[in-house]
Amino acid sequence: MEPIGHDLHEKNILQHHPLAARMVGFIDHLRMNEFVLGPAETETALHVIGDPFSVENDARHKLKVLLTGRPEEWRQFDDLFEAYWQAAGKARPSWQHEKNVRNRTKASLPNAWQEHLSAQAPEGGNAPQIEAPGEGDVQGDASGRLIATERTSRVRTDLRQYVDVDEIRAAEKLAYQLASAMRYRLSRRHRLDRRGRRLDLRRTIRQSLASGGEPLKLSHRARPDRPVRLVVFLDVSGSMKHYSRFFLQFVKGLVCQWVEADAYLVHTKLIRVTDVVRDKNSTKAMTRLSLMADGFGGGTKLGESLAQFNAQYAKRSLNSRSVVMILSDGYDTGSADLLATQLKQLKKRAPKLIWLNPLLGWKTYEPVTDAMTAARPYIDFFAAANTLKSLAAIEPEIAAL
Amino acid sequence: MMNIDNIRERLREADYVADDALATALQLALNLGRPLLLEGEAGVGKTEIAKALATVVGTNLIRLQCYEGLDAATAIYEWNYQKQLLYIKASEREESSAKAVEQHIFTDDFLLERPLLQAIRQAESPVLLIDEIDRADEEFEAYLLEILSDFQITVPELGTIEAKSVPHVILTSNGTRELSDALRRRCLYSYVDFPSQERELEIILSRVPAIERDLAEQISHFVLNLRKEDLEKNPGVAETLDWAAALLGLKISSLDGDFETIQSTLICLLKTETDLKSITPDVASRLIGKAA
Repeated sequence: MEPIGHDLHEKNILQHHPLAARMVGFIDHLRMNEFVLGPAETETALHVIGDPFSVENDARHKLKVLLTGRPEEWRQFDDLFEAYWQAAGKARPSWQHEKNVRNRTKASLPNAWQEHLSAQAPEGGNAPQIEAPGEGDVQGDASGRLIATERTSRVRTDLRQYVDVDEIRAAEKLAYQLASAMRYRLSRRHRLDRRGRRLDLRRTIRQSLASGGEPLKLSHRARPDRPVRLVVFLDVSGSMKHYSRFFLQFVKGLVCQWVEADAYLVHTKLIRVTDVVRDKNSTKAMTRLSLMADGFGGGTKLGESLAQFNAQYAKRSLNSRSVVMILSDGYDTGSADLLATQLKQLKKRAPKLIWLNPLLGWKTYEPVTDAMTAARPYIDFFAAANTLKSLAAIEPEIAAL
Repeated sequence: MMNIDNIRERLREADYVADDALATALQLALNLGRPLLLEGEAGVGKTEIAKALATVVGTNLIRLQCYEGLDAATAIYEWNYQKQLLYIKASEREESSAKAVEQHIFTDDFLLERPLLQAIRQAESPVLLIDEIDRADEEFEAYLLEILSDFQITVPELGTIEAKSVPHVILTSNGTRELSDALRRRCLYSYVDFPSQERELEIILSRVPAIERDLAEQISHFVLNLRKEDLEKNPGVAETLDWAAALLGLKISSLDGDFETIQSTLICLLKTETDLKSITPDVASRLIGKAA
């Protein structure tokens, strides 16, 4: 490819030079991977690498500095760069070479998603369905229990049947109620507030200096509402898969209603799904979530996942007003000791821990697995969550926390 | 226009050892005139970059340390009320007209410049370091955005103050709060990671010049492996330098020397109780074995 000269500021270069078209494709490629980039970035990107078109590494660093904006993107960038410019990564079929790349609307998604999104049609073809029985059942000691759960389900109404639109709406509504029940907690300290009732003496006196000691401008203060921060961990292992779909809805409801919420999927490792869940297009969000959840279906390693959380995310997403919610049946294939130490560390940062266990609703069930026994001392509120009714029942108790 | 090697060399002269990504980031920030947002764990040298950059461009460094509750009065400007009052009192005897007094007390003489105003009024572009922006409130972040895009500040009594020179802005964040997308988009971005072993060695040699190369090499290996252990708080570069200085002060010339003294100096690197307990003498000697 011929190097570009210094005439990059001319507008037509964006249409005519082969590199420009490739760059547009690259930016598009990044957008597909959740980078937030506008047309201005494309232009600056061309401008930036245009000058000394010599060392490839140089261009990569420059683009990285320009186009990334957060740690995750920073880590992801090199792979994406290689995948696009050196075709070393997994090739995505055809969409990046489409002629009218820029005309593509947000609705027309890359081919990779097409087949999954067709799941909107009732049959759904080969779209992933969490409810589908078969592959990826739990191994180890948990499998015996799972069979037992399936037997129970025939006589009881259980969450696994809730997949139709109305029920999902009900789940979202419930999540909303729960969310508003504990969204705000009044702070004890006062802060400056224009509509506050109490006088802020220090500030008033300070301001009175400007008017020669006459307090003309009064400052008020009040106790501010401090939003409670919510962090949800959803176990999507094989033993939970009948509940996953419903819980995903519930989590989506929580995260969308809540300004400060963070959601994670847990199986043998941890995946942060807050941004996916926030997607306004509900079907799209659910499909993507199901896709993410679908890869799992195996055992759970809660301890290790929490360790990952503590190391990577805890500092940013937890504060002294956090509520941590774990949705899991406690069938953990990892070590119980690790779980206990990680919960202990988690509790140092977050004051409240709620554990919702779908199996707890059954009469015969006793939370006696190693993991549950290890976790019990750290749990502030332990409840069943296998039917909408049981979820609704915990609302007052959560509000009281 | 400076190129990367040029920048790296001059950073090196300012005792800062930068890797490719960081040098590129600084080069772009200088050439495009855009703010640079640096993220990374505590102790990887984010603040130091700004200091080094000030030396490189040969200007002064203006620093704004953010904290919760930081407001415009402490970040931008404030009228010097006491001085104004004294002036009014003093001018009462001189019988000057009220208008004249008023005109005089709202001039530059009575304006207290805070870092942001100070930064845009310098004759030569300074380096403006906005440290730990994640600690400031969201409202302040929004205000900052406005200043960073226009580089002008409006003081109602004086009018709009335009920037005499556009400062080189460096923002740092420790990630205690999610920053807004708007701010992220306006800035160039660089994630500062812990240095590689070679870079850390270079850093030790440049910051603790009295140290011997062998010991410095052992230290860099040791710290690198220590960071791979499961620690609550990984030791940063500053900690490494502390430790190197401590070892030098205790006249230890090699890590496989006096084991007990070395073990007791680990307090320079490990800053929590759990971490100190988890690096038992066994672990420490294993790490030293690897490093030596």
